[in-house]
Amino acid sequence: MAVIELRNVVKDYGQFKLSLSMEIERGITAILGSSGAGKTTLLRIIALLESFEGEYYFMGEEASEKHRKKITMVFQQPVVFRGTVLDNLLYALSLDGNSSKEKAEEILEKLNLLEVAKKKAKNLSGGEKQRLAIARALAIEREVYLFDEPTSNLDAENASIVEKCIRDLAKSGKTIVIATHNIFQAKRLSDKVAFLHNGKLIEYGETKQIFENPKNELTKKFVSGDAYY
Amino acid sequence: MVSLFGDLDWGIVAEITLRSLKVSGLAAILASTIGIPVGVLLSLYNFTGREFLKSIFNTLLGIPTVVMGLFLYLLLAPKGPFGFLGLLYTEMGISLGQMLLVLPIVVSITATSIEQVSEEIYELALTLGASRAQAVVKVISEALPGIVLSSIAAFNRAVAELGIALMIGGNVFVYGGLANTRVLTTAIQMHVARGEIDVAIVLGLILLSVVFAISWIMNLVKKWL
Repeated sequence: MAVIELRNVVKDYGQFKLSLSMEIERGITAILGSSGAGKTTLLRIIALLESFEGEYYFMGEEASEKHRKKITMVFQQPVVFRGTVLDNLLYALSLDGNSSKEKAEEILEKLNLLEVAKKKAKNLSGGEKQRLAIARALAIEREVYLFDEPTSNLDAENASIVEKCIRDLAKSGKTIVIATHNIFQAKRLSDKVAFLHNGKLIEYGETKQIFENPKNELTKKFVSGDAYY
Repeated sequence: MVSLFGDLDWGIVAEITLRSLKVSGLAAILASTIGIPVGVLLSLYNFTGREFLKSIFNTLLGIPTVVMGLFLYLLLAPKGPFGFLGLLYTEMGISLGQMLLVLPIVVSITATSIEQVSEEIYELALTLGASRAQAVVKVISEALPGIVLSSIAAFNRAVAELGIALMIGGNVFVYGGLANTRVLTTAIQMHVARGEIDVAIVLGLILLSVVFAISWIMNLVKKWL
């Protein structure tokens, strides 16, 4: 059974319209597309942060407020709370009914942030803030994890750490959706790829098929790296 | 300045200074008690008339204190609509007048502080599993330094204004009197009018010191938050 099922979902901003149907299963799904394709809007709809027309089913049930507790999202522009790095994690844990400092420190260590645990979160570098945002999401137990360009601010070493964390999550049976314009990351990380262009789902399939045998010309151009929309 | 230290009654100076702190402190507390919830409401909730209310508060930010003083005087004068309250020429009258003067400051700064953090913090809290009510609480807690700033600004504006203190308070002073209303600003104005510039300067320095000290303490609180 699909974890997420979107049927004729439409989000109309006037100048831009996202319109698609798709099913997302457990594992890692990459939403691939250039800037403005609708990747972030799609993630926000899945996270129940946007109103929309159409139908959205979460594990077979019509998605509603109660499902928000099963989904978390990491934004492209990392947002941090006042207080220390550790405070940020403890707040996330507290919402889950858990205030284990040990768990918070374990996750910070995983993401190379333990050294800055007592630093004010607002004073972190862009890359550190992005890792903190990811750490905060990893600290809480969810069914679905949405990542919007999760490694866009990171150097190769930290990007690789984040990708490993995402893989580990998928191995533990979670559903991961990553919005990215990075074809190499999509190829490396995902089980399935959905290619979006101008708010439309152009092609959706197994990662191997999308990269080795794309059926649509737009997809072919994009995954070959020839397309600049 | 030599004659100043000879002539100046430091007991009276202390009394006037304490009255300024008390009257304007109460005004800032009352304005914060009302203005912070109003600011939260205006910044976080959409309702009919919201923009109109915001524009009213923004307009009132610049109202001259003498105009406010005159308006309040007409309301509180013995034959005015609120004359029966007996607030004219009382400390409470000054506090209420100053409260009305600084209320728009508290509302506007609170609303702006919350608006600056609201959307992204609200959504972040939701994505971490907060209920809508918990997300609102988080937004307010993130805006806390700005909210504290609104109270500091309110106090500083209240303690330094003259129009209301003079028109509503009347600068009443009797030795040992229980109904005195003289505060630092009205005392400064009076001494300048009498040509006692040296006394006015000392009182002015005390007023500045009060403002700096309160701002410094509140800034420490803001940092600690």
